Amino acid sequence: MSGLRILVPVKRVIDYAIKPRINKAQTGVETAGVKHSLNPFDELSIEEAIRLRERKGPIKVEDILALSAGGPKTPDVLRTAMAMGADRAFHIDVPEKGDAGLEPLTIAKMLQAVVKEQNVNLVLLGKQAIDGDQGQTGQMLAGLLGWPQATQASKIEIKDEAGTIEVTHEVDGGVETLRTKLPMVITTDLRLNEPRYASLPNIMKAKKKPLEKKTLADLGVEDVRKLKTVKVTEPPPRKGGGKVEDVDGLIAKLKELGAL
Amino acid sequence: MGPRIYSHDTPVQFYSEIKKRQEVSTKTERGRSRVLGIIRTPPPAWRRARVPRPSLAIRTVQSITPLTVRTFSASSTRSDSRQIKFTSDAYPNLKRDPKFAEISAEDVTYFKELLGSQSAVIDGVTTDAKDDIEPFNSDWMRKYRGHTRLVLKPKNAEEVSKVLKYCNDHKLAVVPQGGNTGLVGGSVPVFDEIVVNTSRMNQIHSFDAATGVLVADAGVILEAADQYLAERGYLFPLDLGAKGSCQIGGNVSTNAGGLRLLRYGSLHGSVLGLQAVLPDGTIVDALSTLRKNNTGYDLKQLFIGAEGTIGLVTAVSIQCPPRPKAVNVAYFGLESFDQVQKAFLAAKGQLSEILSAFELMDGGSQKMVIEATGNKHPLEGEYPFYCLVETSGSNAEHDMAKLESFLESVMSDGIVADGVLAQDETQFQALWRWREGITESLSHLGGTYKYDVSIPLSDLYLLVEDCKARLTEKGLVGDDESFPVRAVVGYGHMGDSNLHLNVAVRQYSKEVEKAIEPWVYEWIQKRHGSISAEHGLGVAKREFIGYSQNETMVKLMKQLKNLYDPNGIMNPYKYI
Repeated sequence: MSGLRILVPVKRVIDYAIKPRINKAQTGVETAGVKHSLNPFDELSIEEAIRLRERKGPIKVEDILALSAGGPKTPDVLRTAMAMGADRAFHIDVPEKGDAGLEPLTIAKMLQAVVKEQNVNLVLLGKQAIDGDQGQTGQMLAGLLGWPQATQASKIEIKDEAGTIEVTHEVDGGVETLRTKLPMVITTDLRLNEPRYASLPNIMKAKKKPLEKKTLADLGVEDVRKLKTVKVTEPPPRKGGGKVEDVDGLIAKLKELGAL
Repeated sequence: MGPRIYSHDTPVQFYSEIKKRQEVSTKTERGRSRVLGIIRTPPPAWRRARVPRPSLAIRTVQSITPLTVRTFSASSTRSDSRQIKFTSDAYPNLKRDPKFAEISAEDVTYFKELLGSQSAVIDGVTTDAKDDIEPFNSDWMRKYRGHTRLVLKPKNAEEVSKVLKYCNDHKLAVVPQGGNTGLVGGSVPVFDEIVVNTSRMNQIHSFDAATGVLVADAGVILEAADQYLAERGYLFPLDLGAKGSCQIGGNVSTNAGGLRLLRYGSLHGSVLGLQAVLPDGTIVDALSTLRKNNTGYDLKQLFIGAEGTIGLVTAVSIQCPPRPKAVNVAYFGLESFDQVQKAFLAAKGQLSEILSAFELMDGGSQKMVIEATGNKHPLEGEYPFYCLVETSGSNAEHDMAKLESFLESVMSDGIVADGVLAQDETQFQALWRWREGITESLSHLGGTYKYDVSIPLSDLYLLVEDCKARLTEKGLVGDDESFPVRAVVGYGHMGDSNLHLNVAVRQYSKEVEKAIEPWVYEWIQKRHGSISAEHGLGVAKREFIGYSQNETMVKLMKQLKNLYDPNGIMNPYKYI
């Protein structure tokens, strides 16, 4: 193998420390004015790509390409990815329509086109995005490409120059180690690594790294929607407890409820 | 009493990052039992309440020799289960003032009738209520402990008025107490003073969405007030580590400073009015919601920072700013204190209106956090100084543009050697913990002599260097167990010229104490600094007030005290 050309698709999602709220029309989650950041699983993918480079394994990492599809704020997460260490980025411009966005199959087809065009031989994806929770893109992409795939990776090792890769993932009751050969698709899970902070010098450098804007049409992909979101609702609210003044009140209350 | 918590500079959430990760994990793997992989246990519910953690990843178990010295001005934050020493034993020169009456059964009967509800009186006079009373008798640092036998929890100012009037008439001494999170022993009794606890006065009276003025009872917990305001798009203009337990009446009475004083100013500015009860029962109703009111002496200021020595604050009216929509945090490594000062100037100049915190941490303090938590430091290299810069504003894009140009300038001018910028909420909180987690980390590694001082900015860190040199010269500092001092570290609110000098010790000793005091106070006096910037006087700093206030000032203060509290029943043995 000449070198690793890694594609890392990422998604801009509502920050996972923020509690999402359903919009009034119950058609989706309120996104306006809400803090967004890089999907945490994608952060792991970026970090792993950089570590593969830093580890100086049997195959040199030639290119790390970060890619994201979305509206005008999408470049924010691509800059973060480049500040962490990705070499360049593609922004696939998809106008925001206030819906759930592209469906996994469309994204997989889009990624398939990029893989071909950019001569990619390893795709590292987060196992899912924390907003849609669909977890399908990696698998569909592997299917479309006819490549081997390893999902929910907790450890990735390049074994030799021929492109043998071992991927470990957690299963109920233990861990499972898989071996295959490049090219391949890997989806990442929480225990894979601990993503780094974007350092100031790298944030500055990231501004100068190439960020190309493309459209779905450029890649020959159509935005087909096969699903319609009928309704989004919040879980039933927790019934608030009552307050008692003192221990006697508590005992009385417990008796009233038949607990004593 | 809620769980008792932390000082002005210690909201500690070491595990929050892991927690966040596990939330992601739970979210995406629901229904699946995970038998492996999770090495670290999830944080229990007390994480939210910011209670001192019972255990950390790495824990140095120390045998601490029994305390034979007075430990004033030094907090002994250890987790041993020994009984807390009585303040009266630790300060043998404090004697119970014989002018105060002993509490009698009749007094208790009066209070029970007055306050009605059973939970309003904890009676250790006529019954054995030792266990119930103990939390009110001691502080969270396990450093101060009194002998009170009676705790009263009035529900409103009228009840407070009747309680204080009765106490004044019968010469019964009183300790006002809020969340009891102070660091200088101001809120716990020394002898048998009656504890008047404000926790049952916890109603929010009003909030004006146009002016941002909040009127609330003294016993409202700071975090509850802030959450109430958050729902309305506003912010409480004070934030500190103890916010989950401390009460706003106590905050006002101690003039608490905290993390964002740089941005929102002191309580002397943001408190618009208050209601307080004088010892003779007079209810001082100065609960104004006006920003401007130049009619006579501004008497409310007397109660702010008075530590309950002339009256008991029962309600507060406070000006609250709109809650910032965009908050960013950067963490720097710097090569010298000179560079830190340059970075501060640059931050003030370029970030001006969005700068909301500029915190200093020295290399030693960060090493302590690493040692106690085992967390990976955000920067690759080691630096003698670190800073945390926070911006808060109304427009994320504008703020980011300003912040980036600031970062670019400090990097290209070589002021900052390295740094990181939080990319998401989790990193934001993780970076703050490198500042906020210092106190807790130190407490896990042994004892700490703490000094909360205000010094002109240019000399701010010199105190740490001089102190380190002094203790090293005396052969007290070293890496192995034979040296009493583990490290001399400094950190604090750079933006407010407020330094926390901490001497981390393996064990408390007279030798170390003598080497530090009164040298440290003299050092501060020479530079016209303050021996207590934000922690107050209480029992701990009472006798040292002379280092920061001249005789005339102290005399005037005593006149004031005698005017409003002629019998001296309010929080005796403390303050001045």
